[in-house]
Amino acid sequence: MLTYAVKRIGLGVLILTFVMVAMYAAVFLIPGDPATVALGPRATPELKRMLIERMGLDQPVWRQIIEFFRNALTGNLGYDVWSNRPVSALIMEALPKTLALGIAALATALIIGVPIGCLSVIRRGTVVDTAIGMLSVGVIAVPSFVVAIYSLLIFAVTFRWLPAIGAGEAGDIGSQVRALILPVMAIALGWIGYIARMVRASMMEVMGEPHIRTARSFGLPEWKIVGKYALRIAIIPTISLVAVGLGGILSSAVFVEAVFARPGIGKLITDAVNTRNYPVVMGTVLVMTAIYVTITIAADLLIARLDPRVRDVFRG
Amino acid sequence: MSFVAEAVQTRRGWGHFPLLRALASNPVTLAALVIVIVFLMMAAFAPWLAPYPPTKIDVLHKLQPPSAEHWFGTDHLGRDLLSRIIHGARTALTIAIGSVAVAGSVGLLLGLIAGYGPRWLDGVLVLVFDSLNSLPMIMFALAIITVLGTGTGTLIFVIAATSFPSYARLIRAQTLALKNSDYILAERLMDAHPLRILLVHLLPNVVGPLIILLSMDIPVVIMVEAGLSFLGLGVRPPTPSWGSILYDGYTSIRSAPFVVIFGGLPLVLATLGFTFLGEGLRDSLDPRLKLRRPA
Repeated sequence: MLTYAVKRIGLGVLILTFVMVAMYAAVFLIPGDPATVALGPRATPELKRMLIERMGLDQPVWRQIIEFFRNALTGNLGYDVWSNRPVSALIMEALPKTLALGIAALATALIIGVPIGCLSVIRRGTVVDTAIGMLSVGVIAVPSFVVAIYSLLIFAVTFRWLPAIGAGEAGDIGSQVRALILPVMAIALGWIGYIARMVRASMMEVMGEPHIRTARSFGLPEWKIVGKYALRIAIIPTISLVAVGLGGILSSAVFVEAVFARPGIGKLITDAVNTRNYPVVMGTVLVMTAIYVTITIAADLLIARLDPRVRDVFRG
Repeated sequence: MSFVAEAVQTRRGWGHFPLLRALASNPVTLAALVIVIVFLMMAAFAPWLAPYPPTKIDVLHKLQPPSAEHWFGTDHLGRDLLSRIIHGARTALTIAIGSVAVAGSVGLLLGLIAGYGPRWLDGVLVLVFDSLNSLPMIMFALAIITVLGTGTGTLIFVIAATSFPSYARLIRAQTLALKNSDYILAERLMDAHPLRILLVHLLPNVVGPLIILLSMDIPVVIMVEAGLSFLGLGVRPPTPSWGSILYDGYTSIRSAPFVVIFGGLPLVLATLGFTFLGEGLRDSLDPRLKLRRPA
């Protein structure tokens, strides 16, 4: 277990280093110098010189790289080219909103998806099972931002039940929760289908086990066998998959955040890409990659802890 | 009935196309197949099918609701929505098939090398696959777009670069499993050239699952292209893309909701069609492959 953990974490550190070097190298691949690209062709030479100095582009390359690594490791991700605010502060402002969205979406998907998966197993082989299976694939397929736009049109524009844009008033939990409902549903919908399918698949493997047969021979009702004894085992692979999924959700929340104009990580990075605000793009990508890699490693370790077969594979 | 007779029997009718027969036997898969064919036709014959040029601006008739002249209405610049959606199919499928083909070829090549090559090379390649695989795709895409700028080429590059590692891993696993089988050992004993073993013997046997995986990734690519174009970071305007149509509709969602309604339909239909077709392919060819995750 320890060897596996060390290997896995080592790989994570390696990946992050690779990402940082790659992103830094990428800036030098841009045709033309970054200052001109950022300011446009009509910028005055003084303005350009100021920006070059502020971005540290007048230093030799090796110094820039060392500087960049030292700063990143101490939590200094540079400054926004336009507002001159520290990138780390911008990220700290936006990240909680995206985290809230991602975690709420996953929780919703679990709360709805697991019972649907159980229902599918209880009614296995019937029309209900088939219908749930088809619907699950359907909701997995449809892009979340299309769901977001349609739900915006229906619930916010037509019926005006829920707010269309923003993340709610600061300090007003009620309005923040109301602003979360539509984005959360847009992201959760696909995951409900995915979790229902996963629960069904892993539960069907369990259903032949001796303890399930014993429970059945005691005459327990089917819903109790499925919901209590089978679920207890079948939930493990699902939980670990969901943990891995959180990392993906956080980055694909970009689209849903754009639809609902939520001031989260997605809006931060999209605006930065559009204005070629390199420090903000690099800082955000770095932080999100770090979070993603950390979550993935944590989930992998969790799976290995629960299922010894995984670490044997890694060893061999 | 003898074995031979049975084999002859199945070759009649649909028997010539066993895969097609298997796909057509499931009504959902059949419907998906029809949808996919319709979209492929739309993409192939867009200039002949579209009633208007997709970029023809007519500001006097902007945001017109659906009518006899404009079946789906017009957008904020008076462009015919139906024509833009038909041409959008061309954009979406060019990028989807292009990037999947590039990623599939790179993944196939590197996977074969990793699986059949020396151990140290395998180690290096697996490290590369794992590193690229553990990057959040959208973030990675946004970083590359910042550097390379927007456009069709960038999109294909970004999507291919983030998706080839999973194909390479699949091919590597398949190659490793076959590497020590008797027929490969026999070839090696006969001193066959490694290239011959790779291309003639291993390639045809590992490519099947790859094709299923590729077909299941097409809807994901369609979604990524539309999503990035929605953010204004995909194809450059005025190239029609389902994502930018949705964005145009989004900005006028209160005054002209029909743009968003019609703009989202092709995305919903295409992703559903390709997904169910991919599921059908998987069920009839290789049911052991994993389920798709929501994008």
